[in-house]
Amino acid sequence: MTIVWNDPVNLMSYVTYVFQTVFGYTREKAEKLMMDVHRKGKAVVSSGTREEMERDVQILHSYGLWATLQPDSVK
Amino acid sequence: MSSGFSRGKDGGVVAEFEAAEVSLLRSLVSMMLGIVSPGQTSDDPLERALGIGDSAVPSDPVLARLFPSAYDDEKEAAEFRRYTEATLRDGKRADAQTVHDTARPGRAELTAEQAQAWLRSLNDLRLTLGTKLDVTEEIHDEIAMMSEDDPRYPAYVTYDWLTYLQDSLVRALW
Repeated sequence: MTIVWNDPVNLMSYVTYVFQTVFGYTREKAEKLMMDVHRKGKAVVSSGTREEMERDVQILHSYGLWATLQPDSVK
Repeated sequence: MSSGFSRGKDGGVVAEFEAAEVSLLRSLVSMMLGIVSPGQTSDDPLERALGIGDSAVPSDPVLARLFPSAYDDEKEAAEFRRYTEATLRDGKRADAQTVHDTARPGRAELTAEQAQAWLRSLNDLRLTLGTKLDVTEEIHDEIAMMSEDDPRYPAYVTYDWLTYLQDSLVRALW
């Protein structure tokens, strides 16, 4: 799972915009994920193969989001 | 003060800046280029061609925030960093350079691609200042309460201005 964590710098508008741009999510879905990050401290923003998630994390880091990867299957 | 960004042609944006704002932006991105050195890759030609670099977590808190660890597991985090940090560093440097080269007093028109570089770079600047100032989500209220004589005041106001610019850029791109 690709996880984005809350931080005090990244703007709500910016985080929503990045989710739309990076993942092609609708504004509604991107806003819901952003609110989860804001209120719950983190949200799962994508899943897939390790290669896909590593690519997602790298792109999110290029936008300055605090993203991590949690392998969800037995290695 | 700049009234921020508005939508331009073909996915681009336009903004008007005063000369003082442009010199502030240029000095901030120059600072960024000083903080984020080019990606260090190894002496091995193949590793260099693949952009494989350093695997250690940066000791500077600003760099640690700009290049966070991707995994809890230290070994996996180091491996990911080795394959990504050099590329990420080069990307942040290129974005900062784009801001430096396209910020100009008066009307500035940015292409869609340049606007993305500005968006990421404004965020890098806010992350850098935000980490140095140890900001919280209540920063806006803190500034309102802060005395103008407070030595932190100029940096906080700069941070707030960057926040305003970035938010206006997001809204122009939406």
